[in-house]
Amino acid sequence: MGKNQLSTKTIVAIGIGAAVFVILGRFVSIPTGIPNTTVETAYAFLALMALLFGPIVGGLIGLIGHALKDAIFYGTPWWSWVIVSALVGFLFGLASRKINLDEGQFGAKQMVSFNIIQVIAQAIGWFFIAPMLDILIYAEPANKVFVQGIVAGVSNMVTVGVLGTLLVAAYAKTRTKSGSLRVEK
Amino acid sequence: MAVNMLAFVDRSSPIHRLSGATKFLCFIMWSLAGMLTYDTRVLLFMLVASLIIFTVSKIKVKEVSFVLLFIFLFLLLNDIAIFIFSPLEGVKIYGTKHVLFHIAGQYDVTVEQLFYELNITLKYFSIIPAALLFIKTTNPSEFASSLNRIGVSYRVAFAVAIALRYIPDIQRDFQTIAHAQQARGIDMSRKETIFKRAKNALAIVLPLIFSSLERIETISNVMDLRGFGKHKKRTWYSARPFKKSDYIALITVVALFTVSMLVTFYDGSRFYNPFV
Repeated sequence: MGKNQLSTKTIVAIGIGAAVFVILGRFVSIPTGIPNTTVETAYAFLALMALLFGPIVGGLIGLIGHALKDAIFYGTPWWSWVIVSALVGFLFGLASRKINLDEGQFGAKQMVSFNIIQVIAQAIGWFFIAPMLDILIYAEPANKVFVQGIVAGVSNMVTVGVLGTLLVAAYAKTRTKSGSLRVEK
Repeated sequence: MAVNMLAFVDRSSPIHRLSGATKFLCFIMWSLAGMLTYDTRVLLFMLVASLIIFTVSKIKVKEVSFVLLFIFLFLLLNDIAIFIFSPLEGVKIYGTKHVLFHIAGQYDVTVEQLFYELNITLKYFSIIPAALLFIKTTNPSEFASSLNRIGVSYRVAFAVAIALRYIPDIQRDFQTIAHAQQARGIDMSRKETIFKRAKNALAIVLPLIFSSLERIETISNVMDLRGFGKHKKRTWYSARPFKKSDYIALITVVALFTVSMLVTFYDGSRFYNPFV
């Protein structure tokens, strides 16, 4: 397998990941009571996949998953937010270099660095890029799109911070820690 | 749990007979034109043209009405939100102010604002028929092959094919798990508080994700065993060769795209201003 090519497992991870993203985005988003704000479990899942498989997979799951979800259930992709999902997935994936999830390492230190990265990634995505694209493409009023971006961003940060951390921790528990064997004396 | 979703329906129409790659390229160009322009004349033309193509395609309005209803509601809320946040956005853009009537405080209803919001709504409307057309008339497996044809690596195209193939399966998994958990008394409905619901959601999401991760292993092993990724190229069972009608469609849409860009930008602004 060449270095620049995606392995079969990565391709399947992108495909299945996008399908799960679609289903979670459609069925498991819980309204918070604030208009247009939902707890999007799909982003917690996106964070887990990005940590497991890296930035390319994270970005492509965000892109394909969000575009398909919009197309299948709402008739047309909202490109400005689709792009942000791809970017957020990619940035989540950058944390995969620091956290070796496959070997079950997800202690307090990793939790903190995971959450720092997810907050920064989503701040860039929802607070800046999403409103900018909405202004650029749709010329919507600046104050409206920034309020929307901040509300969506904060709710997604909380979702990934709580549900995402729980999810990743639950996954890490199923893995055998490296160096967990001890020599019996 | 009957869930409405848009899916390919096989019928015999000129639109169905176009190759997937043609439809995808046309859809992308159409969306781009709709996103870039703010010219009312271009948007109106796009809306009328796409409605005509929509009738040609033999899609029944009944099949897409649930989506249309959702979009109308979304756009209505969006327009109201725009007015609440920025009642004079139109005045800023068009540079004149014709007040129709006054509501309260800074809330004047102006002709400019109404025209601006009409344009935003038109912008969405002009793309929606094209998007619906694309989804309803393109066979999903042909869609993957057409992504490959326009230059996307076949590995990524295959990932899209897998996603489309497994959405119904994962939806079924989701429903099975949700029903099993509900039988255990885990409530996901409105009756619970938001925190309880988030916690209960995890009880459904966790098994769904773990079973999906297992699925990834199984599918990728099967694909490896069958030699996926051995060659630089691959052929597609559902690929269709380009026909005369494909070239005609592509040339027409490219021409329309160019004209719409020229009409929009020849005066240096993407807005069409009827007020000066």
